[in-house]
Amino acid sequence: MADIMELRDIEVWDGNMASAQSLRQAQVDVVAAYPITPSTPIVEGYASMLANGYVDGEYVMVESEHAAMSACIGASAAGGRVATATSSQGFALMVETLYQASGMRLPIVLHVVNRALGAPLNVNGDHSDMYLGRDSGWIQLDTFTPQEAYDLGLCAFKIAEDHGVRLPVMVHQDGFICSHTAQGITVLQDKDAYAFVGDFKPMNSMLDFEKPATYGVQTEEDWHFEHKTRQHNDLMTKAFPQIEKVFAEFKKTTGREYNIVEKYKTEDAEVVIIAMGTTVETAHLAADQMREEGVKAGVIGVRVLRPFPFEMFKEALRGIKAVATLDRSSPHGTVGMLYNEMAGACYGLKDNERPVLNNYIYGLGGRDITIVHLKEIYADLVENAKAGSVQQHLQQYVNVRGPKLGFL
Amino acid sequence: MATKGWDEFDAGSLLFSFDTNAKMKDIATTHAEDRPYNESNSFTASVADWRIDKPIFAQDYCIDCQFCWIYCPDISIISRDKKMVGIDMDHCKGCGICVEVCPTNPKSLLMFPEMANEEEELAKWPKKSKEEK
Repeated sequence: MADIMELRDIEVWDGNMASAQSLRQAQVDVVAAYPITPSTPIVEGYASMLANGYVDGEYVMVESEHAAMSACIGASAAGGRVATATSSQGFALMVETLYQASGMRLPIVLHVVNRALGAPLNVNGDHSDMYLGRDSGWIQLDTFTPQEAYDLGLCAFKIAEDHGVRLPVMVHQDGFICSHTAQGITVLQDKDAYAFVGDFKPMNSMLDFEKPATYGVQTEEDWHFEHKTRQHNDLMTKAFPQIEKVFAEFKKTTGREYNIVEKYKTEDAEVVIIAMGTTVETAHLAADQMREEGVKAGVIGVRVLRPFPFEMFKEALRGIKAVATLDRSSPHGTVGMLYNEMAGACYGLKDNERPVLNNYIYGLGGRDITIVHLKEIYADLVENAKAGSVQQHLQQYVNVRGPKLGFL
Repeated sequence: MATKGWDEFDAGSLLFSFDTNAKMKDIATTHAEDRPYNESNSFTASVADWRIDKPIFAQDYCIDCQFCWIYCPDISIISRDKKMVGIDMDHCKGCGICVEVCPTNPKSLLMFPEMANEEEELAKWPKKSKEEK
């Protein structure tokens, strides 16, 4: 049996330690990892806790991220609780196996500490890797603070391992701004955390000798479509109810509330910023300042990126006058992903309740976004709300050197 | 094509080896042909048409050393009570490893073209050759 770690009610942890502790408290059976900045301390911390007797599991050192996820897939198919962590280039190398994991419906938890993709080489936080994973069939949870990385790290297992869902889950946090920022974190004691997560309940284990299963089968044009349809159906119909159930149980256990769409002062808002990651908190502060100046400003944080809460955003955006979508990833030749998703969600609204929508690209490679920048965006939105149409370029670049840039 | 719909598959595009309703006493002591393999298991599928050359077994020379049984990569040598009884021609892919490892003189297994007639080949089986140093 693993040793109990005595924790204070509030621990000073950064996002990485918060993630590592959530893995330890869930008593993961197998972690196969190939560390990469800025997620390195997650698996480093986990390995150290395992070596010191705080985890009853296996830690597999592998030769690449591709191998790390492959080993996780094998372990998960065999029938155990499995997790790992990665970032950026490592995530990119994992991509092939991410599709295998979701296609085989293996409930692996992957902590992704978001970091830019080269070239040019960059270790700092943006959302390029998160965006790369959005068609991979995983559930993607986005966290904004170290506390959330810990909380959703625990929730992730309960969502993934549900027998109706059985899909892998990514827990995202921003590189450095979240992963290396130490904050006071209200924690659960080991016993309570494990009681919340619960025992791993095997399903169709490859190594069940009574009922052995073959994973990784081949299907061609005859059956491939049916299997992919089944997977999409379960993502669309089973993930949200389970996420809501787990969030409700978590609130009962800890008092901390999570929502699939995180609304801040949107009830009476006329202008709203939609963002992800650490930018959400900064936007809260900017919205507060705008309200002091008499602008009805609000913020929506994207808590669940996949499956995309299409209907919930449609309702959340109904009647708001102007909305800015903030993408922290270079869209390379089109509008940002959040613009596309929100435009799709709003399309079904009536003309008089559909917001004016524009798009900002910001923060690439860890470039700061400050309250000042966000207030400038709100100022654009006020202008757009008044005019009833976008008064600038549809897509603008924030805080980049050189001539002011806009497209479309 | 069967009419099974997307909602009738187990999640994870996985396949089970055995008929899930069947009860098996003890898998280790149950011969393959007596196990309740289901239709999606490869045991029930023939891959005989992958073969270009096939092995023919001459029982008269066999010493039941079990080398072929151990080395066959496709579990296609059928052995019962440590006696070599034949080849599973539905799964043999004609790799020739059994012939390679056969220690008898002449060999008890030899490769022939797929269309060769077994009785004719057995009738003109090679004689014992002198030991080469």
